[in-house]
Amino acid sequence: MREILSLILIVLGSFFILVSAVGLLRMPDLYMRMSATTKAATLGVSFVLLGVAIHFWEVGIVSRAAVIVSFLLITAPIAAHMIGRAAYFEGVPLWKETKHDQLKGKYDEDTHELKS
Amino acid sequence: MFETVITYFVLPVISISILLVFIRLAKGPTIADRIVALDLLTAIGIAFLSVYAIKTESRTILDVGIILALLAFLGTVAFASYLERRSRK
Repeated sequence: MREILSLILIVLGSFFILVSAVGLLRMPDLYMRMSATTKAATLGVSFVLLGVAIHFWEVGIVSRAAVIVSFLLITAPIAAHMIGRAAYFEGVPLWKETKHDQLKGKYDEDTHELKS
Repeated sequence: MFETVITYFVLPVISISILLVFIRLAKGPTIADRIVALDLLTAIGIAFLSVYAIKTESRTILDVGIILALLAFLGTVAFASYLERRSRK
C-alpha cells in the first residue's frame, strides 16, 4: 500500500518536472518561462520528495525531505522575484503580442524605486 | 514493479527534462534566461538525487539535496543582485 502511494507520487512529480522543462524551452519570453518553471518545478520536486519520504518512512529521511521541501517553498518565490526584477531593469523584452505592461513608467530609472 | 517503474520511467523522464533545460541554457538569448535555467537545473537535480537514493537504497544522499537547495538559492540571488546592480547607473 505504502509502496503504491509513493510510486504514484514519484511518477506524478516526474511528470510535473517534465512539464516545467518543456515550459522553459517552449514559452516565448522570460517572464512566461519563469512562471512555468517556478511553480511546476517546485510542485514536482515536492511530490518526488514526499514519495521518497513515504517509501523510506524513517524519522531521518522524513525530516530531511521536510527540510528540503520547506526550503524550496520559501526560496523559490524570492529567487523568482529577484530574477524578474533584475531582468525588467535590464530591459529584457516582453513577448511581441503582450498587450500592456502595467509596470511601464512606474519605476524610477536611476534609483530603481517604485513610484506609488 | 516498483524498481522497474523507477528505472525505466521516472529516471528517463527526469533525464529528458535535464536535457531540455540544457538546450535552453545553451540557447537562452539573455543572461536572465540562463539564470532561470540554472535554477531549474538544480531543482531537477534534487529530484534526480532523491529518486536515485531510492534506487540504490542509500540514505545519506538526501543530505546532498539539502546542500544543493541552499547553494541554488545563494547562486540565484547573487546572480540576480549582480545583474540589477549592473543596470543601475
